[in-house]
Amino acid sequence: MADEVKSPAPPPPEGEKKPAVEERAAAAASAPAKPTAPAKPAGPVPVPWTSPLVEKYRSQYGSGLDAQTYLGQNYLTVERSLIPNILRLLRDEEQFDYCVDITAVHYPNREKQFDMIWNLYSFARNERVRVKTQIADGASIPSSVSIWPTANWLEREVYDMFGIQFDGHPDLKRILLPDGWKGHPLRKDYGILQQDQEWVQINLGIESGQ
Amino acid sequence: MNDRSNLDLDAPATPYLDSNELIINMGPQHPATHGVLRVILKLDGEKVLGTECVIGYLHRGVEKIGENRTYTMFNPYVDRMDYVAAVSNGLGYCEAVEKLMNVEAPARAKYIRVVLTELNRIASHQLWLGTHALDIGAMTPLFYTFRDREEILKIFERYCGARLTTHAFRIGGCQYETYAGFEKDVKNFLSFVAPKIDEYEALLTTNRIWLERTKNVGVISGADCIALGVTGPVLRASGVQWDLRKAQPYAAYSEFDFEIPIGTNGDTYDRYLVRMAEMRQSLRIIEQAVNGIPEGPIMAKVPKVIKPPVGEIYHSIEAPKGELGYFIVSDGSTQPYRLRVRPPSFVNLQALDRMVRGLLVADVIAVIGTIDIVLGEVDR
Amino acid sequence: MPNFIMSYLGSTVTPGEAGNQFWALIYVFIIFTGVSVAVMAMNWLERKALAHFQIRLGPMRVGPHGLLQPIADALKLMLKEDIIPTEADQFVFWVAPLIGLLAAFAVYTVIPFGPSQAVSDMNIGILFMLGVSSLGVLGVVVAGWASNSHYPLIGALRSSAQMVSYEVAMGLAVVSAILMTSLNEQGTGTLSMIGIVQAQQRQGVWFIFKFFPLGLIAFVIFAIAMVAETNRAPFDMAEAESELTAGYHTEYSGLRWSLFMLAEYAAMIAVSSIAVALWLGGWMRPFPNLLHAPVWDFIFSLFPALTFFGLAAIAVVGVVRMPSHSFFRIQRVGLAGFAALLAFIALLLLVIAVAGRSADTSLAARFREGIDYVYWFVLKVAVFMYLFIWYRATWPRYRFDQLMRVGWKVLLPISLGVLILTAIVGVVAS
Repeated sequence: MADEVKSPAPPPPEGEKKPAVEERAAAAASAPAKPTAPAKPAGPVPVPWTSPLVEKYRSQYGSGLDAQTYLGQNYLTVERSLIPNILRLLRDEEQFDYCVDITAVHYPNREKQFDMIWNLYSFARNERVRVKTQIADGASIPSSVSIWPTANWLEREVYDMFGIQFDGHPDLKRILLPDGWKGHPLRKDYGILQQDQEWVQINLGIESGQ
Repeated sequence: MNDRSNLDLDAPATPYLDSNELIINMGPQHPATHGVLRVILKLDGEKVLGTECVIGYLHRGVEKIGENRTYTMFNPYVDRMDYVAAVSNGLGYCEAVEKLMNVEAPARAKYIRVVLTELNRIASHQLWLGTHALDIGAMTPLFYTFRDREEILKIFERYCGARLTTHAFRIGGCQYETYAGFEKDVKNFLSFVAPKIDEYEALLTTNRIWLERTKNVGVISGADCIALGVTGPVLRASGVQWDLRKAQPYAAYSEFDFEIPIGTNGDTYDRYLVRMAEMRQSLRIIEQAVNGIPEGPIMAKVPKVIKPPVGEIYHSIEAPKGELGYFIVSDGSTQPYRLRVRPPSFVNLQALDRMVRGLLVADVIAVIGTIDIVLGEVDR
Repeated sequence: MPNFIMSYLGSTVTPGEAGNQFWALIYVFIIFTGVSVAVMAMNWLERKALAHFQIRLGPMRVGPHGLLQPIADALKLMLKEDIIPTEADQFVFWVAPLIGLLAAFAVYTVIPFGPSQAVSDMNIGILFMLGVSSLGVLGVVVAGWASNSHYPLIGALRSSAQMVSYEVAMGLAVVSAILMTSLNEQGTGTLSMIGIVQAQQRQGVWFIFKFFPLGLIAFVIFAIAMVAETNRAPFDMAEAESELTAGYHTEYSGLRWSLFMLAEYAAMIAVSSIAVALWLGGWMRPFPNLLHAPVWDFIFSLFPALTFFGLAAIAVVGVVRMPSHSFFRIQRVGLAGFAALLAFIALLLLVIAVAGRSADTSLAARFREGIDYVYWFVLKVAVFMYLFIWYRATWPRYRFDQLMRVGWKVLLPISLGVLILTAIVGVVAS
């Protein structure tokens, strides 16, 4: 059975979208829209996720762990200190043996600028879970290579694109960009047309038009 | 599991005649690396001790571009990643955004999507078969598969105007209604290609030389596959019966009756058999789908300007290469805040090192072919 | 002097045996021209047949249906820049293709196109052939060495290892065929090529069918070994493009490279000739014993003419199917001319066949006999050429270690077994 259970709140898609958009515009003009306010027939909202797994870890880690569901997808928001323990527990005890993806999101206006996201899947349970944590710019995070070998290249790409260091990674170097490239492109302060002019000049010998 | 890279690339290259170890570079331009891929091999005579893949030659910054385009504008970009199976890429993206918007495509659109996606799966596997056989030395299947693939590309061209980068789907459904004669064309194709697949099998499956080149070459166990995150036919050939179309069905797949072929040894031959069987199962799905396309709208009620609510979504589909996933973070505006593509070829290519230890150089080329990578997807 | 020339004409032995150098030179010239033409035809056939196997057409523009393509290729290669690597050993680089060519062409002195249609019938003919064709290995190694680059050297060493390994199995298969010449008849065992074919004639059976299935197995072993000997698919790992080591002729360009290709095709024809002479009855027509009435002799003697008529008919069909656009006019004319030439040759052969239909020693009869002998021999060799192309189109290639394993661990034991069994059966049967 798929884990894509539609959460009880959202309205049926047809016929409601147009009024919702207009209403949202009206509502935004009139009152600050709160994500959890059920006053307008707005879209889905994150709701707390309850399950035996969550109970177990909440009792173990208490406030460091927050479990929510959005659009039927479960995710845990954990404190940075819980990584890598929570990941290891998820793999060993909860059978989340397949690490689907490791990625990051950059929020430059936040104090802890990066969201690290591990996307996990369990073959036995046919369930997905996302583990999110927030880290500051310049902070490093323990590598998951010892938990899932697939993390090797995935973390290298996160390092390449965001500049997040992974402790304990066997071979942390750039993967998609050339070795001598300066800058981490997926950060929000890296422009869409920006390039490492120096590298281009030295290695390609051209004056990039951009 | 220690995944430490054991290539000591800073050491000076030893003269090949004196010592046994040799570092050889394959690519980035090489007839057999299926694109711009550089593989550095450390050899002991002829045996491979370790490999290192250098990728990024085709990196175009698709994820960064995604943050600077609206959702609708980004739709054509996804075709260019796995350009061989562009329809699947489009399906994954459109479904991910639809999920984020909490809309569902109408039934007719879902059926059309299934038909086109499965046709694309067959086309992708045919291209894989031709190039893989060519790498191993059989030159004729290439021409046969490309010739038969033309029929699929003709159907795509009649449907949406493009053969390769089709941009077939839109967020909320399909833009184009099926053209007059679509069902007939697809049914003709089904009867046309079934004996052709038998022909490919007749050329290769029981051929002594093919068996010797592919059996027990590039063996990877199911547990290793799961640990390395390998999905798709590679995983299934290692014995793990897992297919997203059955495990977490999307787009009308739950209404069709088909099987998931698996292999036993996890070697190149099993991957070949699995992909051949998958082609046949795709024919089954297409037949069921095209015979039962329901009437109705092809587009859901989606606003002209797509502005999903704040939130994140991860949606993945079973692309011909493996699990293709889209992780989209929306900040409520018309452009995604973060658009991450989880590429199956990228993760599968990681397993190359594990698969070629102890093999000979000629086998490395066979294994790269059997993983079925497309560099557009590896590098994005 | 004219006496020296004319005295050979009534002879029933080869010029070499008759000691007639003039005619030997004429024969050498004819064979050299013939083989060169055959190599060009083989080039054309390979491209066309391979293309048709792969559902495409092959060369169609250079001459009607690409018939002039080999000439265009030869011209192009001759006009190409002759690149010699600066670090290469200049003399050795120059001489390497010549060694290969020499080895491939020297073999033709003993190939029996007929009972007296050979340059020289040495009484160690088969030994000479095996020995000289082994010299081709030297050409390969020298070419790889002279290139002064380690990829060609590795490719050359691999090619040479492959050729040497398969020569062992080849040799043993040849020995079992030779054994068959000496069994069942006292004192007629012979190594001479013409003698081997005549032994088949006398024994009334082609050696491929003798002591069934031993003759067949020996033939099959030779057929496989000869493909490996000439570095053709499926044993062409050493020169495949998608592998790392690109083959011993990487550094060669232009005319020198074409010499290697010439040597390869010539070697293919040479080893096929050995197979035909040893097992397939050489110049003998099919069913010499089953259908031995004079009327059958006459019917089979019409085959050369019929073949050329058939080829002319195919050319005429090609002319008819040519698009009737002015762009194709010259191709139509060319192909029609070619059809006319073929028809003319067919007519000539028909006249000779009819005029010489009696089995006496008149000039026409001797002409007819000679043409028949050469025709059947060449036809059988042509079948082998087609098989070479067919193998290349169909099968993947063996990995190098698998190739060596097949040569040493499969073919060698089987050929040894066949040899021993042939000897036992031969002694028991006589």
